[in-house]
Amino acid sequence: MKDAAQGIEFSLDGRLVASCATPQSRLSDALRGLGAEGVKSGCDAGDCGACTVLLDAQPVCACLVPLGRAAGASIETVAALACDEVPDALQAAFLRHGAAQCGICTPGMLMAATALLRATPQPTRAEAELALAGVLCRCTGYAAILDAVCAAHQHLPAPTAPVAGKAVGAGVQRLDGLPKVLGTDAFGADLWPEGTLLVRLIRSPYPHAAFAFGAAADWAAAQGLVLLRAADIPGRNLHGVIPPLADQPVFAERIARFRGEAVAALVGQRDYLAALDLAEFPVTWTELPAAMTPAAAITADAPQLHDHRPGNLLVRGRVAKGDPTAALAGAAVTVEGQFQTGFVEHGYIEPEAGYAIRKGDRIEIRACTQAPQMDREDIAKIMDLPESAIRILPCATGGGFGSKLDLSVQPYIALAAWVTGQPCGMIWSRADSMAASTKRHPGQMSLRIGADANGQLVGMEFDGIFNTGAYASWGPTVANRVPVHASGPYLIPNYRAETQAIHTHCPPSGAFRGFGVPQSAFAQESLFDMLADRLKMDRLEFRILNALRVGDPTVTGQRFTQGVGIRACLTALRPRWQAARAEAAAFNAAHGALRRGVGVAGMWYGCGNTSLPNPSTIRAGITPAGQLVLHQGAVDIGQGSNTVIAQIFADALGLPLAQVTLIGADTDLTPDAGKTSASRQTFVTGAAAFRSGRALRAGILRRLNTGEDAVLRLTPGQLAAGDAVLDLRGLAVDEFGYVLRAEESYDPPTTPLDPDGQGNPYASYGWGAHLAEIEVDLQLGTLRVLHLTCAHDVGRAINPVLLAGQIAGGSAQGLGMALMEEFIPGRTENLHDYLIPTIGDMPAITPILIEDPDIHGPYGAKGIGEQVLIPTAPAILNALADACGARLSRLPATPDRIRAALQARA
Amino acid sequence: MPAYIRPRTLSEALAALRDDPGLRVVAGGTDVYPSLGDGVLRTAMLDLSALPLRGIVRDDGGGWQIGALTTWSEIARAPLPPALHGLQQAAREVGALQIQNAGTIAGNIVNASPAADGTVALLALDAQVVIEGSAPRVVALADFVLGPRRVALAAGELVSAIRIPDPGPAVSGFSKLGSRRYLVISIAMVAAVLRLEGGRIAHAGIAVGACSPVARRLPALEARLIGAPLAAVADLLRDGDMAGLTPISDVRASASYRAEAVPVMLARLLARLAGEI
Repeated sequence: MKDAAQGIEFSLDGRLVASCATPQSRLSDALRGLGAEGVKSGCDAGDCGACTVLLDAQPVCACLVPLGRAAGASIETVAALACDEVPDALQAAFLRHGAAQCGICTPGMLMAATALLRATPQPTRAEAELALAGVLCRCTGYAAILDAVCAAHQHLPAPTAPVAGKAVGAGVQRLDGLPKVLGTDAFGADLWPEGTLLVRLIRSPYPHAAFAFGAAADWAAAQGLVLLRAADIPGRNLHGVIPPLADQPVFAERIARFRGEAVAALVGQRDYLAALDLAEFPVTWTELPAAMTPAAAITADAPQLHDHRPGNLLVRGRVAKGDPTAALAGAAVTVEGQFQTGFVEHGYIEPEAGYAIRKGDRIEIRACTQAPQMDREDIAKIMDLPESAIRILPCATGGGFGSKLDLSVQPYIALAAWVTGQPCGMIWSRADSMAASTKRHPGQMSLRIGADANGQLVGMEFDGIFNTGAYASWGPTVANRVPVHASGPYLIPNYRAETQAIHTHCPPSGAFRGFGVPQSAFAQESLFDMLADRLKMDRLEFRILNALRVGDPTVTGQRFTQGVGIRACLTALRPRWQAARAEAAAFNAAHGALRRGVGVAGMWYGCGNTSLPNPSTIRAGITPAGQLVLHQGAVDIGQGSNTVIAQIFADALGLPLAQVTLIGADTDLTPDAGKTSASRQTFVTGAAAFRSGRALRAGILRRLNTGEDAVLRLTPGQLAAGDAVLDLRGLAVDEFGYVLRAEESYDPPTTPLDPDGQGNPYASYGWGAHLAEIEVDLQLGTLRVLHLTCAHDVGRAINPVLLAGQIAGGSAQGLGMALMEEFIPGRTENLHDYLIPTIGDMPAITPILIEDPDIHGPYGAKGIGEQVLIPTAPAILNALADACGARLSRLPATPDRIRAALQARA
Repeated sequence: MPAYIRPRTLSEALAALRDDPGLRVVAGGTDVYPSLGDGVLRTAMLDLSALPLRGIVRDDGGGWQIGALTTWSEIARAPLPPALHGLQQAAREVGALQIQNAGTIAGNIVNASPAADGTVALLALDAQVVIEGSAPRVVALADFVLGPRRVALAAGELVSAIRIPDPGPAVSGFSKLGSRRYLVISIAMVAAVLRLEGGRIAHAGIAVGACSPVARRLPALEARLIGAPLAAVADLLRDGDMAGLTPISDVRASASYRAEAVPVMLARLLARLAGEI
C-alpha cells in the first residue's frame, strides 16, 4: 500500500490523480473531493445508482466502494465522455430525446449506458433495460432514456434550430440541457467555494419529545464548532409557505413535533464535522405520547400540537352546490365507498443541499428550490433583514415535485453564514431528506355518488380527512383544492365536498404534484367504474356522457366559454379502449393464472393558485451590442420552463430562439415569476413572457416605424426589418444595461370562493384521461402495467418532446403511488424500503396531445405538470378490477393487498 | 484516523484480524457501506478486495469451489452446468448490475440477511463454507448462518471459499418475488435443485428465503420428491411442507401472503424445471 501521505493514486478519466482522503472514504465522496462533481450522491446506499462510475470498466456504485480500493485502478466518470464540451453520441442522444430532465441521475445513467454500449453498440430495449436497472430516475419515467440509449449508435444530428416565429410547437432540445448531459450542471452540493464550512443538524429521534441541552455550548466549543439554536435566530423562529399560518420553527424549542425535526445546528470545518459522531452531542430526549394518525389526533385526550388549533384541526375546506342529499335519495343508482391513501415521498434523486455566503450586510443563498421569492421573504423574516438583503440564487434543482417549495437547508446555511462570516453549506442525507421533507397527504375519504337511469350524474358527497403532519405547510391548499376537484371533470349538479386537515406527529405534509387531487381522483374514479357497472354502461362512455362541456357549470359554479378539453381526451381513448378490451378478453380466454384488464380514469386540474393572486413578471432587453436577454425567473426543476418560456418569448417577439440569452432565476436579476408549482409556469409565466415579447416587439416596430407583420433581424449592434435599420449602439442605455426593454406581468383572472366554495377559482383547467392495460397474477397478486395511453388537453403543445417527458414522468409517479409507494415515518427512510419505480416497472407510454386552446394561456397553452400524475393510479386500479374483480380501496396496491382482495372476493 | 488495511494475502488478512478483532471486514462493500451511514470515516476496516480469492473451479471430487470474493457478475457470466443455473439466476437478481459487480458470494452469506438471494440458491445446493483461521474448517451453510446478521464465524476467522458438492447431472432454478422489478429486497424466494435417475427424482434440494430468520430447506417435500416421476413434481406439494417456515409481516408483505405465495412459487419453479429436462 502507498504511503498515506502521498495519497491513493489512480487514473481518473485518463489522468493520474492522488486522493489524500481517508482510504475508507466512499469513493463517491473522494472523487467529488477531487473535483469530479459529475459523480452525484443520491442515497449513499447503492439504492439509486446516481454515483455510478466505471471501476476498471465495470459500472459500480461509487458510494459503496472504499477509496482504498481504487489504488492503481482506472476510474471513469461522466467527465470522460465529452471532448471539449462536445457531447459524445450517447450524450447527444440524451439531449435529442429529452432523456435528461432535472439532470441529477443523468451522469449515473450515462455511465451505466456507456458500459453497455462498449460491449453492445446496438442494444435491444431489453438489454438496455437490464443495463440501466440500477439507476433510479424520478423525472422521466425512463422512456426517453431507453430511446436515447438504443438510438445512440445512429449518431443523428440535433434537430435544426427553429426559425423566427416557429419555436412554439417545435420539439427543441432543452436550452439548459448541455451541462446536464456533460455532468457539469451545478446542483446544491456542487461548486461550493473553497473553505466552505459544513452545517449539520441535530434532529429529534422521536415523533414527539421534550428535550434539554446539556453542556452543548461547551461540547461544541471543545470541538471547535459553532453551535446554533433557536436563541441564535435574529428574527422570528418560524417559517411557512402560507405566511399567515407560518408555524414551523427553524429550530424546535423545548418540544419536537416530528421525527427528524431540527433542534440545533453545528457549524465547522467540513472534513472534521462530516466525520463527527453526532450521537455524542449533549441533548437529552424525553419521548412523549405521539398522535400518528388523524384518528388518534382527534380524540379528546390526544396531545395538542399547536395551542391555537384545538382538536389538532388545521383547516377545513368546503364546496357545496344544490341539494346532494335529495339528489342521491332520488337517484336511480348510487354507489358509495371508503378509500385510503398513505404518505407518499417525493423521492427526488437530489437530497436537499446548498450553501450561503454573507456579503457585507447581505446574504446570498445558492440552494435547490422551487420558490426563490418565497424563500427570500421567509429568510428575511428569520434573519430580521430587509428582503433586499437576501439574494436567492437557485442552483440546478435535482427534482422537486412540490417538496422543494418549502424551506429546507436555507435557514440553517443563511444563519451559519451570517454568524461565521464564511461560506456555509449543508447536504441532507437521504435519511434526513426522507424524515424531514414534506410528503403527500394521506387521505381517508368517504364518497357517495348517484346517477339517474340514463347514466347522468345527479349528485355526489365527499368527506375527506387528510393527515397534514406536524406543521401547516401546504395543508390548507390541499384542503381547499380537493373539494374543488373531487368531482373530477364531470357535470354534477348537486354536490358537497368537505375536507379537514388534521395535525399529527408526522413529518409535515405539503405539496406533491396534484395537491391532494390524486388521492380524491383515486376514490372518485373508482366509484365511477362501480356506478357504470351498476348502470350496465360502458365505463368510458359513462365518463364521456358526463364529461363537462363548454357552458356547463363546474361544482364551483364556474362556466367556461371555451377550452374544456375533457371530452376530446376521453374520446381520443375510444379506439384503444375498444381494442385493448378485446385483446384482454382474448388473452383471458386462453390463460389461467394471468388475467389482463383495461381501466380508464379522467382528470382536471386548475392551473395556478386557487382564487389567489398569482402573478408572474418577465423582463427582456436588448443590449447596445445586440444581445437579446430574457430574464426568466421561473425555476426549472427539470420540467422545462427555461426552454418553454423562451420559446414563447421568442415567437412573441419574432426573433429566432437561438438568439435568446437566458438569465435564469436569481432574485437580484429576475423579476418574480412566482413558484414552480400548481402547473402554473407555462400557463402564467408563459403568458407574461408572451406579453413581454409582444411589448418588446411593439417598441421595436415603433422605432423602426414598420408594420405589425415586419420580419425582424437582430445583428451585432443593429435591429432591422426590411429596409428599416435601428442602430442599437446609438441608443440610451437604461439602468439594466439595455437600449430596448420590456417588462410585463400576467395574473390569471379568478374570483374568491364564497363559504360554499362557489366562484371561479382558476382561469383555466388542464384536462386529461389515462387508459391503463395491466396483467395480474391471480395466485401471487403481482401486477404488471403493460401499456399506458395518456390523453392530455394541453391547449397548445409548446414543446412536444418536453410534454412527452412530463407525461411519462408523471405517469411513473402515478404508477408508483398505485403499486408500491408508502412512506412510514421512522421505518422507510431509505430507497430500499421505500420503493419507487425502476426502469423495469414502466410500460410503454403512448401520449396523445389534444390542443383545445385556452384564451388565457400563451398561444393557448395550459399547464401539464400535475395533470399527468392524477389519472394514472385510478386507471391502473380500475384495470385491476376489470381484470379480476378485485377492487382495492387502499393504496398502494401491493401484491399482498391485491391477493387479499382476491381472497375476500372469493 | 481509524485503520484501513487492504492486505494482498490471506495470511496477512488473518494476521490483521488477529491483531485487531474490531476491524470491520469489507468484501464487496454493498452491505457494509449502506449500514454505516455517516459512520464510514469512523470505522476501522479490513478490506479483503485485494485477496486472491476469486474464481470458480471444479475440484477433484466433481464439486465446485467458488472463491469468497467472486462477484455475482462473475458467477452470472461463468459457463456453468444446469445444476448451478439456479445460483446464476439468483446472481442476476441481486440488486442490479452495479451491486452484482461489487457484491461477493461470501459477503452475501456472512451479512446474513434473511432476504439474501444467494444464500437460498446455495442452500439448495448443500453448499459448504470454507473458513480460515487458527483452525481451518468447513461448515455446512445450513449450520453456518445462525440468524439475522449472525453467522458461525469466530473472532479471527474469515471465509475463503464456498464449496458445492458434486450435484451430479441436476437441474436447478431460482425464483424471487418482490414489489418491483429490479433493486428490490425479496418478499420471498425459492430455489430448487433436482437430480434425475432413470426418469425419476433421485435427489431434491428445495430452499425458501425471507420466510424465516434463516433461509430453510423443506425436508418433507424433498423426501416426497425422491422417486417421483419428473412430470409429477409440481403436484407433490403438501400444506405441511411449509411447516418449518415462520414468515413475518413487514413493510414488504404480510405474513399470510408470504405463507401462501411460497407454495405457488415452488409449484411454478418445479414445473419449470420439469419442463427444462
